[in-house]
Amino acid sequence: MSSTVKQHHVTCTSEEETKEVGRQLGKIATSGTVVSLRGPLGAGKTIIAKGIAEALGITEAIVSPTFTLVQEYEGRLPMHHLDLYRIDGIEDFEGIGGEELLYSAGITVIEWSEKIEELLPSETIRVTLQIQKDGSREIAIEGAVL
Amino acid sequence: MKVLGIETSCDECAVAVVEDGTHILSNIIATQIALHKPYQGVVPEIASRLHTEWITQVVQTALDKANLTVNDIDAVAVTNRPGLLGSLLVGVNFAKAFAATLEIPFIGIDHIRAHLYASQIEHPLAYPYLGVLVSGGHTVICKVDGYDTIEVLGTTIDDAIGEAFDKVAKHYNFGYPGGVAIDRLAQKGDPLAFLFPGPSLQKGNHPYDVSYSGLKTAVINQLDKFWNGTAPKSAENIAASFQRTAVGLLMKRVQKALEDTGLTRLAAGGGVAANSFLRAEMNKLEGIEVAFPSMQLCTDNGAMIAGLAYRYFKDGIQSPLNISASPRVSAFKKSYP
Repeated sequence: MSSTVKQHHVTCTSEEETKEVGRQLGKIATSGTVVSLRGPLGAGKTIIAKGIAEALGITEAIVSPTFTLVQEYEGRLPMHHLDLYRIDGIEDFEGIGGEELLYSAGITVIEWSEKIEELLPSETIRVTLQIQKDGSREIAIEGAVL
Repeated sequence: MKVLGIETSCDECAVAVVEDGTHILSNIIATQIALHKPYQGVVPEIASRLHTEWITQVVQTALDKANLTVNDIDAVAVTNRPGLLGSLLVGVNFAKAFAATLEIPFIGIDHIRAHLYASQIEHPLAYPYLGVLVSGGHTVICKVDGYDTIEVLGTTIDDAIGEAFDKVAKHYNFGYPGGVAIDRLAQKGDPLAFLFPGPSLQKGNHPYDVSYSGLKTAVINQLDKFWNGTAPKSAENIAASFQRTAVGLLMKRVQKALEDTGLTRLAAGGGVAANSFLRAEMNKLEGIEVAFPSMQLCTDNGAMIAGLAYRYFKDGIQSPLNISASPRVSAFKKSYP
């Protein structure tokens, strides 16, 4: 079986532009949407999450879930913000009850989800951020049309 | 009154016995026990999956260290919010069963209030005081009017301060735990080798809020941009410069909060309250009485849970056995227009 995976590329030269990508994602999100955010530390993954939250009408500050592993917010749809930075792999993820979070109602935004790649639903929207030499961010979006 | 305090909200499986709110009879953290066990590989950062395996043993160790048996315990307290739901439930269910079996009072405790209370076990301050919780998961500046009455003035709008310490340390391989490694390296470094920027919080009403995401990005991705051009780009200098900025931007908000509220007392809590530079800066505050928890009470521990619980029990407050655990506490979240 083969399928063509459409990838869009956006170049963002400011935090605001990166956030706008998040807003666009938030607008098309429906209950069950999983957004996987990839990229090095400081690339802007949390900025995308903030944009998604804004589009969902969440007014709370979006704070990093690195230590708490998950932060939950109420908006047009509930948003579960996961960060697997501290997770070692699938066994660890299951140990914290992660799969339940992956299939809960609302939109699930996951940072460092590469560590549990096999568990991600097939319709997961993958957003990859790369820091360019000039400081701009190259963002590849796979699995959604913005 | 001997209170058993249980804390399993995140990584640590911790249990303590505290008598009358001030006398710590034992204070056990599972990872301490693990170090004495033959262990394959590294000690995992995520201990939460081990709560179920460890809790019985940690409770027994806490009782043994206190020279007590279960029948000597007068009441049970457990962290039931906020935290990782699966982890919280292990402690909550254990504590409920313990209380039900022994027919003794039970209470669910707020983890954040407990951290803000921790210093009071050994160094009681009169209320009100400015509470500053600085840890890997939280950064909160608040007015503490009583052990249960807290008004949040400022929080982080992105990363917690301890998270910034850990991520910088991990990126530059400074060692683990990151906060301790940076503290140690910074003592031999030039804090002005790099002039990292503070956060820009012009938008919205953020007089006491902090932000660490920008600083983290600057230290990790833009070292050259903020280099002073002369000092060596050494680990010591990166650590010292980062620490100066991280603590400095917090202290600016703390000072403003003290001035605006007129409070003359300050209590710090959380893992970053162990940082020697932060302690030195807080001790420099003129005319302010400052209380820090001892090192063992900075990180997650059962003693702060038992200590705070004693105050509730003394005021006749308990929880019913049907309370649940909650991953979040809305009182510590702030909304922005």
